[in-house]
Amino acid sequence: MPVRKSYFSEIQARAEGAREKKAAFGPDIDLSRYTQHIERGKIESLESMATHAKEAAIMTGMSLAEEERAGSYMQVDQSVVYEHLNKSYEGQLEIMSTTDALERYDWLEDYFWKSVPVDQDKFTAQAAIHMTHGYFIRVFAHQKPQYPVQSCLLVAENNISQNVHNIIIVEEGAELQVITGCTLSNNEAEGIHLGISEFYVKKGGKLFFTMIHNWAENFHVRPRTWAVVEEDGAFVSNYVLLKPVKSIQAFPVAYLKGDRASAKFNTVVYGLKDSYIDLGSRIILEGKDTRGESVARTIAADESVIYSRGDLIAKTKDYCLAHLDCRGIVFSPRADIYAIPQLISDGAMKAELSHEASIGPIAEEQVEYLMSRGISREDAISVITSGFLNLDIPYIPEFLDKNIKEVIQATSKEAL
Amino acid sequence: MLKIHDLWVSIDGRQILKGVNFSMDYGEINVLFGPNGAGKTTFMMTLMGFPRYKIEQGKIYFKGMDITNQDLYERARLGLGISFQRPPTVRGVTLKKIIDIIANNGADDAGIKEKIEQLNLAGHLQRGLNDGFSGGEMKRSELLQLMVQRPELVLIDEPESGVDIENISLVGEAINSLLGKDKVKDPKRGALIITHTGYILDFVNADKGYIVFDGVFVCRGNPRDILSEIKRHGYRRCAECR
Repeated sequence: MPVRKSYFSEIQARAEGAREKKAAFGPDIDLSRYTQHIERGKIESLESMATHAKEAAIMTGMSLAEEERAGSYMQVDQSVVYEHLNKSYEGQLEIMSTTDALERYDWLEDYFWKSVPVDQDKFTAQAAIHMTHGYFIRVFAHQKPQYPVQSCLLVAENNISQNVHNIIIVEEGAELQVITGCTLSNNEAEGIHLGISEFYVKKGGKLFFTMIHNWAENFHVRPRTWAVVEEDGAFVSNYVLLKPVKSIQAFPVAYLKGDRASAKFNTVVYGLKDSYIDLGSRIILEGKDTRGESVARTIAADESVIYSRGDLIAKTKDYCLAHLDCRGIVFSPRADIYAIPQLISDGAMKAELSHEASIGPIAEEQVEYLMSRGISREDAISVITSGFLNLDIPYIPEFLDKNIKEVIQATSKEAL
Repeated sequence: MLKIHDLWVSIDGRQILKGVNFSMDYGEINVLFGPNGAGKTTFMMTLMGFPRYKIEQGKIYFKGMDITNQDLYERARLGLGISFQRPPTVRGVTLKKIIDIIANNGADDAGIKEKIEQLNLAGHLQRGLNDGFSGGEMKRSELLQLMVQRPELVLIDEPESGVDIENISLVGEAINSLLGKDKVKDPKRGALIITHTGYILDFVNADKGYIVFDGVFVCRGNPRDILSEIKRHGYRRCAECR
């Protein structure tokens, strides 16, 4: 049974009210510029995509052969072109477009626009008014698929506003790994990607979510993400941005609602060209004995501007523990980094919140140390840069870890 | 192998070395003694080519080549290697990574595992370079890197500092191994070793000892004799020798 029409009407009405509401952070964008709408047909396999699209998807960690994957979801511009669940995982989880899920499950009303506020700003409003699918992934209670689900949200055409709404539900005692790549197959394309993501991790569940963003110089990105984590649940978010972007602003939230819930954000950002990057993470510790950790590594090169935010907000009267670790390197005299850690104890007398934030150059003594082993200056800087950005992200598939390291290696050399 | 002619070196405008003349042959092991601030480490860092050590005057010849103006990494590739007294921490760059890189630079790529075992460093390979390493672990890590690099002349700055008694023999054996003293057929490598305590002389059979005092080399002789003299009288006679 579909979600009630009256619920959609309520959502639409709230969205209409926020149509012109500017976001709290990041440059404002005239959304009326991006009106192109293209419908695409389904494809039979990921291998049958156009060459540019395939290359772009691979660069975000997608396996076209779907080896070692529980399932796949692929969206090009505004159309869902591929959904596939590996047969051996049937009964463990389901994958479909959010649009289909809203048609099928009336209970989705309890999840759809229930954590991300639809009237947060003009971007959430646009995503509600002109929603263009997004993925719905649900892993059933106590199921732990061995391999990750992969998804790719790709923009191929000019002047597109891709407005996806993703929902992931990890039911009680279940575990899920998700690898999402958001990318362009045409680096000249202008446009915007609006990604609403609502993740729900039930009691004792675990969600390991990895997102690779590969954008380009004319493209804007405004993700809006909330993860609601119940009792004994865990949410790990890995985010990697190593390509230029016109502007990106996101401040994902992990809401640790249940006792002993935990969240960890790992963020790796390499600012290139004149990218405007405003990224952060916010962890709200509401349950007893909740734990949070946020680690960010940022490098600003060329004329890039990076805001690296981190909020830890304790709201429990019981014990909770959270730490923020935010480090940056500025590679160019024309680049800027603003590290903005914020610890808030909202009457949480037993909360232990801490942070360390630093911005500094690559230490010359480290460079010379490596040079004394016969490594050229250029290579020494590249090795140190790669090391700085490599967070040894836990639970990340080996192939993806290797891929990220290779990209970092290549990119840091290019930036010299 | 190494010849130094009238070497004057300053750091940040302060004169440290004041006309050093020195030479050593292939495979020789020489030990440098001297009070703190005499210029021993400056001498080593200058030989290696660290830019902070400014050569005001003089020449450095290595294997018959004038390397006075050569870059740090070029000197390393030519056959000079250094074990730091206190190496910097390089977070994120693992010991394994650096070993892999050095091995690919044309250094020895066989038997690396054996060396890692010998130095008891298998558990440290995935850790950041010197990140949280104890004094002994740092020295062992330095020696492992040099074993892979295989320099012809090794500069070792205070191998005993920060190392507990148990580790000193391990460090001593590793230095012998590095210098090819444990194998008859291996080519012998030269070494310059700075020591304050002389403990390392129990493990390494040094050929000559020198005292560095106030920026110049003032004494040369049997390293054990020099060490006994220093133990008896300290360095106060050095001022007279000068």
